[in-house]
Amino acid sequence: MQIHDLEKTFQEKIDKEIKIEPKDWMPDAYRKTNVRQISQHAHSEVVGMLPEGNWISRAPSLKRKAILIAKVQDEAGHGLYLYSAAETLGTSREQMIDDLHSGKAKYSSIFNYPTLTWADMGAVGWLVDGAAILNQVMLCRTSYGPYARANVRICKEESFHQRQGFETLMVLANGTPEQKAMCQDAINRWWWPALMMFGPKDSESTNNDQSMKWKIKRKTNDELRQQFIDMAVQQVKVLGMTLPDDKLVWNEDRKHYDFGEINWDEFWSVVKGNGQCNKQRLDARKKAHEEGAWVREAAVAYAKKKAARLLTKVA
Amino acid sequence: MKISIQKYYYGDFGGEEKASGEEIKKTTEETAWPLWEIFIRSKQGLDHKHAGSLHAADAAMAMQNARDVYTRRQEGVSLWVVESKYIHASNPDEAGEMYEPAVDKVYRHPTFYEIPDEVGHM
Ligand SMILES: [Fe+2]
Ligand SMILES: [Fe+2]
Repeated sequence: MQIHDLEKTFQEKIDKEIKIEPKDWMPDAYRKTNVRQISQHAHSEVVGMLPEGNWISRAPSLKRKAILIAKVQDEAGHGLYLYSAAETLGTSREQMIDDLHSGKAKYSSIFNYPTLTWADMGAVGWLVDGAAILNQVMLCRTSYGPYARANVRICKEESFHQRQGFETLMVLANGTPEQKAMCQDAINRWWWPALMMFGPKDSESTNNDQSMKWKIKRKTNDELRQQFIDMAVQQVKVLGMTLPDDKLVWNEDRKHYDFGEINWDEFWSVVKGNGQCNKQRLDARKKAHEEGAWVREAAVAYAKKKAARLLTKVA
Repeated sequence: MKISIQKYYYGDFGGEEKASGEEIKKTTEETAWPLWEIFIRSKQGLDHKHAGSLHAADAAMAMQNARDVYTRRQEGVSLWVVESKYIHASNPDEAGEMYEPAVDKVYRHPTFYEIPDEVGHM
């Protein structure tokens, strides 16, 4: 078959909602986009463990500590599901990790913000995991089979993350004046970065919608962001807290909430590496990788020795 | 076909310029662990089903990692781990020749046979 015909058959499959599987023919750009997106999603899960790991040893109770450990462990698992999905496209784990460490591959900028107080554990769960869930629910229907399945698995685990975050905030919201203030402060700091997680406005992008046509993505940034805002406005009322945006107002025509302007200069600045924690996060990843090198080597040596012993026994 | 995707969708953070970081020591092949496929029996009496994959130095480690990654919420009562290189897969390009012979054998299905209602459930 000619490349042209292959592309046509490929698009027909996508249009008919038939999933693409690893050994199926696919356009190079489809493969590349998926590798990039899936590996960056994986990196986000892995780097995302750092801001929360920061609070494990300082959790206010044994119960909260156990919950936080379980959540962070889940995120490691999410990273693994996603790396595995990316590997089915022909890239290697080593390559992806090297790309993260060299700065070639990015991760979600949200994790370049610091987690300053315990209330941040609540705000991160509610807002950051909440935003991630909307994206991941959409990705359960993405066109590449292994990526879709990884997201199904992830989504099953995510709702606990958001609920424990919200509950953490609820406890603070019903606490002392200081705890209430801490709760509001965390919401104030995380609200705008959470909105930035959805990426630039749709009107910003001049290029074609290939990702949509291939059904890698199924909703635009603005659609997802609006969905998130509409939900959060209701939820924050339950907390008795406010969102730090005086332009948030119900728009009867659109049937959505209008909201204020996002600081896009800040967004691009963090993307380009100038966030508060960019360097700290990468350094922590590299340190963990380098200091774990001897473990990886020892495990390989041990496996080889055991296999060799088995061979001599058989012989 | 050259398609550039610069839409910067949520989750696609672009790949053009470097974010930060400096040169790093490349991970060597010798320390790379092989890939394993994980199958889980979700409860007694059911088949093992493919759950995903992971890297491990040997079968024992694959088993342990599979337990930690894939059964944190009691998803299984039994695990199989198989090194991925031992799995032989059919070629999707040959799916036509491979499965087409079954298409015209409708007599393999019970609905092919007309039997009077008096016979009852059969
Ligand atoms: Fe996650
Ligand atoms: Fe999460």
